[in-house]
Amino acid sequence: MSFAINIKELAKKPPKLLPGHRLCAGCAAPVLVKLTLLASEGPTIVVNATGCLEVATTIFPYTSWAVPWIHNAFENAASTASGIDAAIKALRRRGAIKDERVNIIVFAGDGGTYDIGLQALSGAVERGHNFLYILYDNEAYMNTGIQRSGGTPLGAATTTSPAGKVIPGKLQQKKPIADIIVAHKAPYVATVTPAHWVDLMRKVKKALSIEGPKFIHALSPCPRGWRYDSDLSIEIAKLAVDTCYFPLWEYENGVWRLTDRSLVIARNPKLKKPITEFLKVQARFKHLLRPENAYVVKKLQDYIDAMWSDLIKRAGLK
Amino acid sequence: MSELKGWRELPLGAVPLKFSTEFKTGDWRTFKPVIDEDKCVRCMLCWVYCPEPSILWDGVRISIDYRYCKGCGICARECPVNAIRMVPEG
Amino acid sequence: MSLVQALEVFKGRVMALNGDEAVAWAVKQSNVDVVAAYPITPQTIIVEKFSEFVADGEVHTEFVPVESEHSALSACVGAAAAGARVFTATASQGLALMWEILYVASGLRLPIVMAVVNRALSAPINIHCDHSDTMGARDSGWIQLYVEDSQEAYDTTIQAFKIAEHPDVLLPVMVNLDGFFLSHTLQNVNLLPDDVVKKFVGIRRPVKIYVPYLGREVPLALDGKTPITMGPLDLQDYYFEHKMHQVKAIENSRDVIMKVNEEYAELSGRSYGNGLVVPYGLDDAEVAIVVLGSAAGTVRYVIRRLRRRGVKIGMLRIRAFRPFPVNDVVKALKDVKVVCAMDRSLSFGALGGPLFNELRSAFYDEGSRPIILNYIYGLGGRDIPPSAVKVIVDELLNVAKTMEVKELVKYVGVRE
Repeated sequence: MSFAINIKELAKKPPKLLPGHRLCAGCAAPVLVKLTLLASEGPTIVVNATGCLEVATTIFPYTSWAVPWIHNAFENAASTASGIDAAIKALRRRGAIKDERVNIIVFAGDGGTYDIGLQALSGAVERGHNFLYILYDNEAYMNTGIQRSGGTPLGAATTTSPAGKVIPGKLQQKKPIADIIVAHKAPYVATVTPAHWVDLMRKVKKALSIEGPKFIHALSPCPRGWRYDSDLSIEIAKLAVDTCYFPLWEYENGVWRLTDRSLVIARNPKLKKPITEFLKVQARFKHLLRPENAYVVKKLQDYIDAMWSDLIKRAGLK
Repeated sequence: MSELKGWRELPLGAVPLKFSTEFKTGDWRTFKPVIDEDKCVRCMLCWVYCPEPSILWDGVRISIDYRYCKGCGICARECPVNAIRMVPEG
Repeated sequence: MSLVQALEVFKGRVMALNGDEAVAWAVKQSNVDVVAAYPITPQTIIVEKFSEFVADGEVHTEFVPVESEHSALSACVGAAAAGARVFTATASQGLALMWEILYVASGLRLPIVMAVVNRALSAPINIHCDHSDTMGARDSGWIQLYVEDSQEAYDTTIQAFKIAEHPDVLLPVMVNLDGFFLSHTLQNVNLLPDDVVKKFVGIRRPVKIYVPYLGREVPLALDGKTPITMGPLDLQDYYFEHKMHQVKAIENSRDVIMKVNEEYAELSGRSYGNGLVVPYGLDDAEVAIVVLGSAAGTVRYVIRRLRRRGVKIGMLRIRAFRPFPVNDVVKALKDVKVVCAMDRSLSFGALGGPLFNELRSAFYDEGSRPIILNYIYGLGGRDIPPSAVKVIVDELLNVAKTMEVKELVKYVGVRE
């Protein structure tokens, strides 16, 4: 299936997420939302979990959403989407809805997905509801003040895993959330970043053409929480992929594929950059650059290398 | 901030009153992007990456919507031909 | 009722059903679009029975077997927001688990109907009847109706959809039936014919509201096309105002509950007091018992025998606990000398149970008011036989004689 994206044509349309929202300057989340909604056509309902995106875009009396939108609570975006999916099926059955398809798109952060929201997501995927779940992962509970989440990487400093005299940041590796959804045998799972926008739009379009629960793990760099100057969000997303910290792949009915830059790196291993390139531009990792914490960097690098070589094997590349 | 409404004037179910386009975030910035139209090749990358969005495309020109631009600098950083400079807000 | 109407009623069926099944039948007939539920004793039969209807293709309902009660109510919120008529059921720990979403449902003005099969809250874990679960949710903005028997469970579930979806109300409704006493005991339940119920509840049509940023009236529902935002963030400057909407709505619901009770009586021949309260023997009563739920049956049994012996005693069963029928309660009991509120739940640290406190508050400003006593009973499924009711009656009659209260709050049926 090929997707033609004419960005100059798409850019003439009015935005579905309007400016005037209160997300931080340089936040990647609204870029992810914009690209996702650009790739979705027809009737769409957005379900948003509590978090940065939800809060900053709907401060009463304002709303930034020019699409139907609901916020329920923190941990239940997937169950809310399940209910909407059921309603649409039932309403269609009794003739109240004529639309062939209604896109249900969930935007939830790592807060509302990895941890408190995992049950709802697992249940919704198991029941096979028809929705696209976009996890915008800024790797900590950013909205409440940068506290660690299951998505925080090893060694990152957060307000509940600070880099102290004894403990050098978070001690656990990032939970492999997309792998968990693959293990549920969801029909489509993919990873994206806002930097690799054509790859993102193609994956969203493909996901929306598939029936059932689809999961897209989107890296969402955060200037405040990751502590870098606001103009670097896209560059940092590129580094995440170039260091294979956040590889770009898709899983569709049992078949793994690397995509975009990650496919290029798999074919040209010399292009893979060391994780220090990613760490040194973010002050949440600056303590890791001290010699006494080199063991943490090694642990992280080894983990990334193991995951990457495993991914290459799964994708059928040598 | 406009006058606050009483409960009898508010819509049911806490539905909002206005689109956020009425909230001008342009006063957040300390630096603003300036486009050199001669260098701009209309690649659209600044439009793609702008978080607000505060970059406008009318089919011919790229321009900045200074009402909302927060001055994050992503457009200047990502422009492949260096057509955008961040200058201090006057 | 006309002859034609009486014949209509007769065309219905009488089935031997337990309380849970009665509720499931009511849901079956009420054009419900989505049922999202998670099993918990003693509600399980509602969900199981309904699943059978779904599996046999007898309803158009989409059944969502969610993975927890929190997700059950969350899915109901999503479905109701999308314009569907929704139903769920739970009890005890399940209600406790979905507690935060109760407030979301009422705050978003979603007409969800939920049957709660009253069961005690842990710890210690107890699967039997008391009202601690729904009493714990009395501040959530839901309408709460307590039924006395399985017939009323059937009737009230049907009425609940009409009450909830009324444009002056638009609030979720809890239909509360006592766990095991009603849910698991058989009763002959009169079912209305399918088409009669279908006509009575109609189809849910989301209410239209004026959305300022669209400059027009649109249905308050997510239809995929109209950009409506549901569930925004309120700062200090607007939350209070939004809550006033709910205050007004639940005040409006008193009239609606009464009206629906009347309309339903036209169809079925069955009416429950005025819909809010059900008086018995209060016209000449000197003492009275106020009670919720199935225990009213036992109380009425005892009172009937006493009245035959000339004791001037009456009962007021409260059907609608939320909104609390202040005026009806005062009107019914103002000439009574001593009243006992029977509470099947505790409010630890308070002066007596919830019903007791609501009654006292209702009478506080009245010029003349009865002495109001409290008996806590039946916790954790502790049975309330006629002998226990007799204990309460004796206390009432004693106090009526002396007009002196030695102990305001007492406990019946517990071993010291």
